[in-house]
Amino acid sequence: MNWVGRRLPRYEDPVLLRGDGRYVADLARGALAMRFVRSPVACGTIRAIEAPSGARVITADDLTGVKPLRPRLLRPDFVPIAQPVLATGRVTHVGEPIAAVIAETAAAAEDLAEQVAVEIEPGTPIVTLDQALAPGAPLVHDDAKRNTIIDTGLDAGEVDAGFAAAAEIVAFTFVSRRQSAMPLEARGALAAFDPSTGRVTLSISGQAPHLVRTAVADALGIAEAELRVIAPDVGGGFGQKVPTIPEHIVTVWAARQLRCTVAWIEDRLENLTASFHARDQRLDLRGAFAADGRFLALDADILCNVGAYGNTPVTAALEPLMAMTELPGPYDLRAYRVRTRGITTNTCPMAPYRGVSRPVITTAMERLMDTAAARLGLDPAELRRRNLISAFPYHSLTGMVQDEGSYRQAMEEALEMADLPTFRRRQQAARTEGHYLGLGFSVFAERTGYGTPTFAARKMEVTPGYERVELAMDSSGFVEARIGASPHGQGLKTTLAQLLADEIGIEPRHIRVVSGDTDRTPYGFGSFASRAAVVAGGACKLAGMKLRERLAAVAAQTLEAAASDIEINDGRAVVRGTDIAVGVPELARAAYHQSHRFPAIVETGLSAVATYDPGGTFSNACHVAIVNVDIATGGVNIERFIIVEDAGILINPTIVEGQIHGGVAQGIANALYEEVIYDEGGNILTGSLADYLVPTMAEIPDLEIHHLETITDASITGVKGVGEGGAIGAPGAVLNAIVDALRPFGVEIFEMPVTPQRILQKLQESGSLPR
Amino acid sequence: MTDKVDVAFTVNGEARTVNVEPRRTLGDALREDCGLTGTHLGCEHGICGACTVLLDDVPVRSCLMFAVQAEGTRIRTVEGLADGDRLHPLQQAFWDHHGLQCGFCTPGFLMLAVGILEREPEIGETELREALSSNLCRCTGYQNILKSVLAAAAAMRR
Repeated sequence: MNWVGRRLPRYEDPVLLRGDGRYVADLARGALAMRFVRSPVACGTIRAIEAPSGARVITADDLTGVKPLRPRLLRPDFVPIAQPVLATGRVTHVGEPIAAVIAETAAAAEDLAEQVAVEIEPGTPIVTLDQALAPGAPLVHDDAKRNTIIDTGLDAGEVDAGFAAAAEIVAFTFVSRRQSAMPLEARGALAAFDPSTGRVTLSISGQAPHLVRTAVADALGIAEAELRVIAPDVGGGFGQKVPTIPEHIVTVWAARQLRCTVAWIEDRLENLTASFHARDQRLDLRGAFAADGRFLALDADILCNVGAYGNTPVTAALEPLMAMTELPGPYDLRAYRVRTRGITTNTCPMAPYRGVSRPVITTAMERLMDTAAARLGLDPAELRRRNLISAFPYHSLTGMVQDEGSYRQAMEEALEMADLPTFRRRQQAARTEGHYLGLGFSVFAERTGYGTPTFAARKMEVTPGYERVELAMDSSGFVEARIGASPHGQGLKTTLAQLLADEIGIEPRHIRVVSGDTDRTPYGFGSFASRAAVVAGGACKLAGMKLRERLAAVAAQTLEAAASDIEINDGRAVVRGTDIAVGVPELARAAYHQSHRFPAIVETGLSAVATYDPGGTFSNACHVAIVNVDIATGGVNIERFIIVEDAGILINPTIVEGQIHGGVAQGIANALYEEVIYDEGGNILTGSLADYLVPTMAEIPDLEIHHLETITDASITGVKGVGEGGAIGAPGAVLNAIVDALRPFGVEIFEMPVTPQRILQKLQESGSLPR
Repeated sequence: MTDKVDVAFTVNGEARTVNVEPRRTLGDALREDCGLTGTHLGCEHGICGACTVLLDDVPVRSCLMFAVQAEGTRIRTVEGLADGDRLHPLQQAFWDHHGLQCGFCTPGFLMLAVGILEREPEIGETELREALSSNLCRCTGYQNILKSVLAAAAAMRR
């Protein structure tokens, strides 16, 4: 039986559908409540903190010996910044935790927090990139000269020659405004002290429990064994829940000090203002193109506003480095000069957010391609045809090895689905009636499932990459798979159960995947970077093969046949070509209770461990958006959205499509709606979901998906990661479609989100608004 | 603030009296005082709809109501949907059509959809899309939620 490839309903679902899921806030009933007093100003000096007498209030002064968070890259051009767990002497951004209060209930804690008076002498905040880079600008951190935490680059190939030979040079500045991952469940931490062991169990809404355990133990100066970290049901993360945060450390510190159980449950205001942001970037791009459309050279200057601190352990250099390395994307580029910088400001720090930089750089590159095509009088598909990578493996100038993909084919099939000729006729007819339709597309390759070599190239002090899986078959034939990865809604448990079922030869319903508990699972890095299906999946395949061999050894002896003649399928071991068979439960029982008969498995029993650490594999896709732009309101309606996606072998196509759906919705939000807005004082104006506009069902169209399946040997399962692609490709398609719709007005758009106000402003500036 | 009052209502057919501060929201009362944590709080300011429950068969945001306002009402939450082992047609449809991922918005969407379909079993797709746009989901992109509710509507009409 082949379980891989089947649209199996998820094993995760019945519990969640019944309301029996257990998210951190659900586990926190009866716990003491912690509330953080946060900075109301963007920067300043703390003069005094006064709390009502008798109240349980924790400030930096109480946290003697607690070390700051200090994520690092091991490279000389990176400036590590220490982030105190609670603000110490000064505040650096609105929302920074200054003190924590503890009360019997959440409401009482909120009351108490409001009674804590913090006197701050405000300073002059640095909010924008221009302010941070102005000559003589005040420094957010003394160590970060010119407010720069990383400044690096690359100069590869004959860039000047490329520009000298260019028939057309396209130059523009592309701006992506700041966004929030906005998981529907905000963050949370529940720390429970166990007096019988002296240990603390920290339950978090998180994506990387093992890394959190390491960082919290480091900060508190305790052994990791003193701490158990659990990620129970997690209500989405999208990267925001990867880092270890001060709130984790303070809750554990308080639980140990007070020998109590205490919970911090983040509210939405905190989540939107004080958790993490992403995507605040400005790119100056210059592309050189030959008359026939060949992409000759690219010159880029990338600036990322990374906020006041880094994130642990990823660091704030993530966005600038990712942008530099992956900007050329799916295009064959042999001359590339780039400078990339991370600029620190008095704003909320950055964390990974689905796609990390690539939604921005892909959109910028796709605008570059469309703009070049328009200037050269070429069809935008033809221009891409001449530049898309078509020979694999492809060694990029930035050191990436792009494995077998279907870059051109994805584009051709997407355009065919869109029926371009018919659309162009419809577009013409609509224009005569004052309706402005546009079609845009976006092609990209997404690096996924990469292991330690890639992260090591980034010089991360904490170098993620491998995943380990432990399998144990019990004496009834049921398998428990303990994984270091930590899903938060993707359906990974079902996915891995399907994969394991094929490898071991039992049904997936006889496999339980255990994750998100440092006491129960091997060390692992968690779920992010479109890695879990590839990396944890690869480890599952390797471990599953070993377990099958061990079962086969037991079967061979039981059935008096050669192990090489044993086939195991759907819970039965059969001697090939015969009807001599035995059930897996009987084999398991014998292995446990008649172990003296099976010397071949004395050492391991029916268990297996495997680790997988791949170099990485690229999935790819083409997205097509067809939009209708209302020139009276600036509103954009997406009529159709098409995705042709190549993620290699699909373990569960329904789950893969769900990932694409969710990613595209976030990408559309990126393109049109969501924007964290700061005023000049560094105050956030978008602290509620009435201001930070997350799209609803009314805004997200039906999504038409077509799969391609390139078989890669860069991933032992043939699986490519797919978690982020939707978010990466969608904004470029939407922006290109809007520009296509507004071509009669000559409007160019190099920013996102493209809100109605911005479209109206562009139309007004174009001076060609019809009567 | 701390003078508590008794509030009586029924939840999923069971009579309950909770002793709460007047400022206690209905959502908090269901979660903390009734132990029904299936109702999730996503924003606590009435936008996301994760906390939607049925109050006398009408979908309401339980974060925007005080528990005392629910005195004498009949409340239904996600925990009351299934009939023993048998899932409600909406729960079954969400399972069949991958209408959920992280599951955090799911109870709110289920209760919203139950309210809509009980009132208007023949609702058309356009109206349904409009009504379901009351709630936010961050994982699914909504397409499979719409598909699930349409399938459940068909099943419930049978």
